[in-house]
Amino acid sequence: MKRALTAAWLVFLFSIPLWMQSLYIIHVLVITGIFIIAAMSLNLLLGYAGQLSLGHVAFFGIGAYASSLVSLGFSVHVAPEIVVALEPKPVWMAIPAGILFAGLAGWFIGRVAFKVRGAYFVIVSISFAEVVRLVAVNWVELTQGPMALNNIPPLTLWLPGAGEHTFWKKPENYWLVLTVAVLSHIVVRRLVHSRAGRAMIALRENEPLASSVGVDITRCLVLTAVVSAAMAGAAGALYAHYVRIVDPDVFLFIYTVTMVIMVVTGGKGTLAGPIVGGLIFGLLPETLRAFEIAPELQWILYGVLMVLILYFLPDGIVPAVRKWREQVRAGVAAEGK
Amino acid sequence: MSSAPAPRPEIALGVTGLAVHFGGLVAIEDVTLEVREGEVLSLIGPNGAGKTTAFNAITGYLPPAAGEIHYRGRRLNGLKPHQNAELGIVRTFQKTSVFGGRTVLENVLMGLHLRSRQRALPIIFGLRWVAREERALELEARRILEFIGLAARADELGSALPYGEQRLLEIAIALAAKPSLLLLDEPVSGMNPAETADFMKKLREIRSLGITVLLVEHDMRMVMGVSDRVVCLNQGRIIADGTPAEIQRNPEVIRAYLGERYARAQG
Repeated sequence: MKRALTAAWLVFLFSIPLWMQSLYIIHVLVITGIFIIAAMSLNLLLGYAGQLSLGHVAFFGIGAYASSLVSLGFSVHVAPEIVVALEPKPVWMAIPAGILFAGLAGWFIGRVAFKVRGAYFVIVSISFAEVVRLVAVNWVELTQGPMALNNIPPLTLWLPGAGEHTFWKKPENYWLVLTVAVLSHIVVRRLVHSRAGRAMIALRENEPLASSVGVDITRCLVLTAVVSAAMAGAAGALYAHYVRIVDPDVFLFIYTVTMVIMVVTGGKGTLAGPIVGGLIFGLLPETLRAFEIAPELQWILYGVLMVLILYFLPDGIVPAVRKWREQVRAGVAAEGK
Repeated sequence: MSSAPAPRPEIALGVTGLAVHFGGLVAIEDVTLEVREGEVLSLIGPNGAGKTTAFNAITGYLPPAAGEIHYRGRRLNGLKPHQNAELGIVRTFQKTSVFGGRTVLENVLMGLHLRSRQRALPIIFGLRWVAREERALELEARRILEFIGLAARADELGSALPYGEQRLLEIAIALAAKPSLLLLDEPVSGMNPAETADFMKKLREIRSLGITVLLVEHDMRMVMGVSDRVVCLNQGRIIADGTPAEIQRNPEVIRAYLGERYARAQG
């Protein structure tokens, strides 16, 4: 039953470009999908391990820049006499490089920043994102600074039956993003239903008790940060090769905030939370735009909706729906007696 | 295994000259005690005597200012709590401490952390044995709940249990970590007399599994009923050490608990 439902959902999601005429809507879905992947990655750190990372966009941006640079190639003077150069590499190699670099950044943050916790970690994570953004702005030789990296090639893959194929069109990119999103979801689900995920939750719920039964706090947090960062990097890399232009604005704080809002309103620490939150806050701006509401008013509505959701459903939408369904079921059972 | 000055083989935990200071405040000073393999040793003393501080120092939650801690020939100084747990030293907490937002079964599964071989990559790739091990772990968790008497509560939230059962859940979590030395910090505080009596029976069963127990407790009926030996702390120092019967007669202990005048009246 549950499996059939999942399969039906997947068929529906994969079939959307086949019957959806509007390429604009497909585009919106691609961007929403990329944000959902990022939100899922943040959910591991924020929802399961209970660490508020307000610099999460750094991993997204590092993935985007690293993948773009590997696919475009670069040549940089690191010292007057020393030049580091890289020939352009195919995109199917660039994306894993982006994931790898983001994961390394996650490892670094995990090692350094988890020595400090709580509010201090929040500050360190914000600072980290800001430093990375400043590097992107100022290291013009590598990143082109505010002029942005242009003409980033889209992904070319050898596909069975189709031969070499380049992902130029929106529907293709939709399928690509959906596939990565499904894979990310599977990774997160496996992790949280395993020893590693239990350790994260144990740490969030009661850190002294967790360490008393042998949970290595540092190790658990570093693992979470690496997986989370790598996944955010994958989202960033997909973004870069879809939009095909990356500038330092990918590191803006507002994107972190968007991810946090998606996770928190959807329900942090739940598998479906970031998906629900991501769909709402990914599609809402476009819906409002369709009604030709003034952009200023859109932002206000956006904020009001978020406040309302958190006021009435402090745990987020998914836990609230789950509780409501349990109550209904209990009510039905009581009437049956 | 270690060239450190190993205590006699039957000694499980050896604490020598342990001191903990909080700034200028001396919490415990020159505490020396031995816990023998398989025994139940109780640490008693008035409030603020330093019992919990001693626990925290032994299990790596507090750095000692001085002193040596050895367990089965290994020096514990500087080890973190999770490393102590790997050596089989598992503690509970004075304030009830469970994973409140999780079900009772999940609570015990979290306690089974060290008994799992799962690593990140096998988990992410969804290898068969991971799922197999998960099922085995769940069976084990249910077995532990059966032992402690919470099997019927498996699907309830930890925080939804009545107080006495939360205290049992703590023990279940600790037992899941497969301790060879179990440190219990006031396990029956907040239990009613019937629950305490049940718990004393449980403790004998735990002991019959070969687990050495170091107990901090205020309930004297319990202490005298289950302990092989009792150590009494007062104002951070050990003032008496002996069998329950000896401790009950010890004038120092009576003075510490009941005051000077009472001790004189007795004498």
